[in-house]
Amino acid sequence: MNNRWFRRYTGMRNRGINPQGFHVSQLKFYVVLLPLAAIMLLPIVFIFSSAFKPPDELFAYPPRFFVSNPTLKNFTDLLSKTSTSGIPVSRYLFNSVLVTLVTVVSSVLVSSTAAYALSKKRFKLKQVLFAINNVALMFVPIAVTIPRFLVIEKLNLLNTFWVHILPVLAMPVGLFLLKQFIDGVPDEVIEAAQIDGASDVTIYWRIILPMIQPAIATIAILTFQAAWNNTEVSTLYINNESLRTLAFYLNTLTTTAGANAAVGTSSVTGANAVAGQGIAAAGALLMFLPNLVIFIFLQSQVMSTMSHSGLK
Amino acid sequence: MQSKLSFRFQHWLNKEGSAYAFLSAYGVLFIVFIVVPVLAALALSFTFFDTIQQPQFIGLRNYISLITQDDTFMKYVLPNTIQFAVLVGPGGYVVAFLLAWILAQLPKLPRTLFALILYSPSMTAGVAMAVVWKALFSGDQTGYLNSFLMGLGAIQEPIQWLQSPQYLMPIMIVVTLWSSMGIGFLAMLAGILEINPELYEAAAIDGMNSRWQEIFYITIPSMRPQMLFGAVMAIVSTFQAGAIGVTLSGSNPTPQYAGQLIVNHIEDYGFLRYEMGYAAAISVVLLLMVLFFTRLSNRVFASEA
Repeated sequence: MNNRWFRRYTGMRNRGINPQGFHVSQLKFYVVLLPLAAIMLLPIVFIFSSAFKPPDELFAYPPRFFVSNPTLKNFTDLLSKTSTSGIPVSRYLFNSVLVTLVTVVSSVLVSSTAAYALSKKRFKLKQVLFAINNVALMFVPIAVTIPRFLVIEKLNLLNTFWVHILPVLAMPVGLFLLKQFIDGVPDEVIEAAQIDGASDVTIYWRIILPMIQPAIATIAILTFQAAWNNTEVSTLYINNESLRTLAFYLNTLTTTAGANAAVGTSSVTGANAVAGQGIAAAGALLMFLPNLVIFIFLQSQVMSTMSHSGLK
Repeated sequence: MQSKLSFRFQHWLNKEGSAYAFLSAYGVLFIVFIVVPVLAALALSFTFFDTIQQPQFIGLRNYISLITQDDTFMKYVLPNTIQFAVLVGPGGYVVAFLLAWILAQLPKLPRTLFALILYSPSMTAGVAMAVVWKALFSGDQTGYLNSFLMGLGAIQEPIQWLQSPQYLMPIMIVVTLWSSMGIGFLAMLAGILEINPELYEAAAIDGMNSRWQEIFYITIPSMRPQMLFGAVMAIVSTFQAGAIGVTLSGSNPTPQYAGQLIVNHIEDYGFLRYEMGYAAAISVVLLLMVLFFTRLSNRVFASEA
């Protein structure tokens, strides 16, 4: 019995790439990964922990990492709070949800239609356009913040709802991943549909979209992260407080808390900063959780998309 | 003539029209928000532009003063950017590859769990995390790191981590590395898992017996496309991460320019001093840097034939 167990975990079967089960040779990897994973998780655990800390634990000196009497006070404080300009936090939250929803849906539509054309349609500039998009993969939006601002100003998009959405829709990585994935859909399926008289729109809607769900999930996640975490749009392109998002509000919260902590040696400002910290942590958790939950649900789809991500 | 042209147009429309129709939405947004800003940056970089008056053409003067007169740029911004980029870019990339390789040696369930843990910092980066880093590196004795080190007796007085020039840059690098296991990492993991296991068996039969040999002669060559994708993502996110110093220290310019990266320099000139032409010239330099590094990784990982 013991011998069988021994052979099972030390034989050839579970060695190497993508093993089916445990093997002693994997132990060394766990030795590396476990401490590393703990370090990577630490800040995230910290957010969870501080978000539920009552004020006296936030003030506690020496500071304690884990919460001992969890409370929801920080969340109720956060949601009942209004910004200095009189906008309730729920408004920022509503803006964030709305902006993110519209962005994700339109981004999926915009990129997948384009990817369908680049992958399955025949036209002269096909290769050229795909090559241009590949060059644009290395586009660093932050580098052209200023000309982008001028473009947005010229288009009269400043201080509108749409300025949250339109600039993020053209996402070269998204188009690239979708196109690569659609390449994997066999041409025969599409030809068969054409023979049956299906139009382009029908093929796109009825055949392509259902077959590329993993890639769509991936694009949805990437767009979600870009939209949900975005602070630049609210900072640069919007003056109207009621159009700004939760990420922006949270950012103002942490910058002021940080400035107080940096300047304040007196106990009063220090206390303010710490109290702000509890609310900020609750906000940070509110920002982080949706990212995490969505990714957990869709991770297997993301992985299957990523195996098509090769850049030749 | 007219009819012949319109006939040809009709023919083109029938043949290629629907392809362009499908591309149109993306195409328009791509041109408006990516192509035009890049071209505008290029055009503005040859002008003096203070946002009030019309831009005035001044030739290469912005570039010349960037190289010869901008002491901050030469003394702090450029060396900082290079230091930051070299450690975070290639450093993060190699770590991402090694971690992906290690994860590929594990069964599915632990692999998925670890991948999730390693990836999770990258999905939130920036905003939400500022809270954590500020509490961790807080300058007074209630900061976690200060309290920990004082408890150990390693330091007597709290250190102003985020305000002191010698600590800001290392902290920026650690924080960025922490959140650098992004989609490039996932792509490489998927790439390693896709490799045909027979290749390894064949190599083992031919007498290859070290895992390092396996990595360099089988794994990397078999997944060049994913390696390249990962490299491009690493380069872009490294330069994109430039705002971190300002976020952490809470001020632009950062204390004594210690954490000043090229991205902050652009913002400093563009939005604080309104010297848009000059800021545009710096943007162009940044884009050229990205282009250069991408070409370099293209060289290394280009697929043969």
